Amino acid sequence: MSLELKNVSMRVNGQMHIYDTNLTLENGTMNILLGRTLSGKTTLMRIMAGLDVPTTGQIFWDGKDVTRMRVQDRKIAMVYQQFINYPAMSVYDNIASPLRLMNKNREEIDVAVRKTATLLHLTNELNKKPLELSGGQQQRCALARALVKGSGLVLLDEPLANLDYKLREELREEIPKIFESSGAIFVYATTEPEEALLLDGNVATLWEGKITQFGPSSEVYHYPNSATTARVFSNPSMNFFSMRKSGEYIYFGDKQKALASNSLLKLQDGEYLAGFRPNYLEIEKYTDSAIKIPVHLNVTEITGSETYLHLSHNGDYWIGLVNGVHEMDFNSDIDVYLDTRYIFIFSQDGVLVEPAFSSIDSFKEGSNGADKA
Amino acid sequence: MAQIKLENLAHSYISKPTSKSDYALQKMNLTFEDGAAYALLGPSGCGKTTLLNIISGILIPSEGKIYFGDKDVTSLDALGRNIAQVFQFPVVYDTMSVRKNLAFPLQNRGADPQYIKKRVEIIAKSIGMEDMLDTKASGLSADAKQKISLGRGMVREDVNAILLDEPLTVIDPHVKWQLRTQLKALHEEFSHTMIFVTHDQTEALTFADKVVVMDDGIVVQVGSPQELFERPTHTFVGYFIGSPGMNFFDVDIIEDIISMGDVKLKLHSIFPDLKGRVELGIRPEFITLSKDSGDIKIEIIRIEDIGYHKIVRAIHDNIKINIVVPEDVKIDNNMKFASFDRDHIFIYQDGWLVEPKEAKR
Repeated sequence: MSLELKNVSMRVNGQMHIYDTNLTLENGTMNILLGRTLSGKTTLMRIMAGLDVPTTGQIFWDGKDVTRMRVQDRKIAMVYQQFINYPAMSVYDNIASPLRLMNKNREEIDVAVRKTATLLHLTNELNKKPLELSGGQQQRCALARALVKGSGLVLLDEPLANLDYKLREELREEIPKIFESSGAIFVYATTEPEEALLLDGNVATLWEGKITQFGPSSEVYHYPNSATTARVFSNPSMNFFSMRKSGEYIYFGDKQKALASNSLLKLQDGEYLAGFRPNYLEIEKYTDSAIKIPVHLNVTEITGSETYLHLSHNGDYWIGLVNGVHEMDFNSDIDVYLDTRYIFIFSQDGVLVEPAFSSIDSFKEGSNGADKA
Repeated sequence: MAQIKLENLAHSYISKPTSKSDYALQKMNLTFEDGAAYALLGPSGCGKTTLLNIISGILIPSEGKIYFGDKDVTSLDALGRNIAQVFQFPVVYDTMSVRKNLAFPLQNRGADPQYIKKRVEIIAKSIGMEDMLDTKASGLSADAKQKISLGRGMVREDVNAILLDEPLTVIDPHVKWQLRTQLKALHEEFSHTMIFVTHDQTEALTFADKVVVMDDGIVVQVGSPQELFERPTHTFVGYFIGSPGMNFFDVDIIEDIISMGDVKLKLHSIFPDLKGRVELGIRPEFITLSKDSGDIKIEIIRIEDIGYHKIVRAIHDNIKINIVVPEDVKIDNNMKFASFDRDHIFIYQDGWLVEPKEAKR
């Protein structure tokens, strides 16, 4: 089985919501749509589900054109951000409801309901009403209803967004197991890069109605094809600065200069956009290839084990995430350090020129299997 | 401005409570220092909103007293307590300009027009809306409207406290950063007493000087973010703060020897005899993995690479263990042993931290 979107686009009231999109999702894969609010995740899912017909293009399910097939006639299931259950029915009847609509017999239904309830840890809640359950259990019930009918395509639209973060953590850990036992194509929309990495499948990064990249999540994370993809796939967002390479040096910011090393050394002379993720900024010089950058510290935030630095650098807004607890004066000028190993180089219009050296290292390690359980 | 003190405070929504479970808030004594930023943190249903409503005067506690400074305000309403409130959803007058919205609390109290003008401009600048003062509120995004609500909460200098009930819920994740830091900068600038209710640990830890962690109507710990992380005084805090939370194992302890199933571990310090449920707690950051030796045998189930560190999911004796490994440490499935950093082992009795009798080192 596969789901193929061919030249799909969506225009609503003259506004482009989805630009020309080609995407193939293979049988038994976990696919994450990663993007900010209003980037087109839900629109794309509604098209996949058949809830909306695209303005142009076709959708193929197993090679068969289903573009205009009604949602009821497709074998899909969808779970939303809000917990949607039938409040008057027991959890058992909620899970059983899609099977009853399919006219399955009582025994078949019972077997399927109990099996799904076990998978989602709802066995002890089957006789309760949804509103007697915690938020996490209510969303488990909605998930169970989506999974019970054995759909080939399961669409999850930010299913954990309305849960307390501890429940989110718990369900997030379980979703890969649920996915593996279903054998279906999963499509999972989220705004959180960490979720995309944890679920460990393919990721499609979305920006303003366009898929900017599609591939295995660790590959997209380590080799973002553009500054836009890198920005989407980094939380807090990737930091950027303009720089000029000339001979052995790079020039950036307000008359700042540093010796080029690592990926910078490979560059031809010229103007570039450099990017790095917040966790690589340090407040001390730990390595020889770290460059010193004077910045203005606006505010710090302490999380208990880490410190966020909110910085301004030559008109750019940066965030640094530093290990440990550091008390620092707000509104002061400080020096921060950045190892050039972690710098991605993009062209001025945002196309990847050189990945960070750290990416090349971790990817080598990942591809020989040492990194995967 | 004033210190806020809760004295033997408890609350039940039932008129004649008989058992502990009838109480939404168990009896507590708590002081909020003047000028500090507090977060009330806990899962849904833990009682944090009940507590905030009691402080704001929306709810009168069924037991105990509440003082602002020396004054007993237990039966005063919100107006009489002179506080500002910011809610989960923006409360903005759509037909008014941003300026008028911000000026509203001052105008209501008949402040001097010159002062209002100056004050509104200061606030507008700190919420980054100084260029939009004459824009009508109606067309603005939810983010912008919530900024106005925050600004209006800050505009009066003479309030006793500013109470915020999950004020960042409606804000887009990428804007949350900005608003949170603005809030922090506003606190730094004006040093109002602030109490911020949230179920989000990042929000609570990054915003507050002191976090009040609640579970099931009980205040389980009050501490700085660092204290909550480094020294949780209750298992709930260990579990709730940190992602993943602390690992717990049921153990027996005799002096400095811990028995965990068949495994024995020697500690740095000697513990008293403990009854009830005894647990060992250790954060995922303080466990290391090895191929050939260690404190306990484990089996790695899954390695999750989340970029700047890895989360290793493993089991020992059918118990799940999470281990956090820095990005540059190599991990493979042949690692069958885990070791616990002795300085970061904590012992809990029926949920509460136990102090050792003496340190041996």
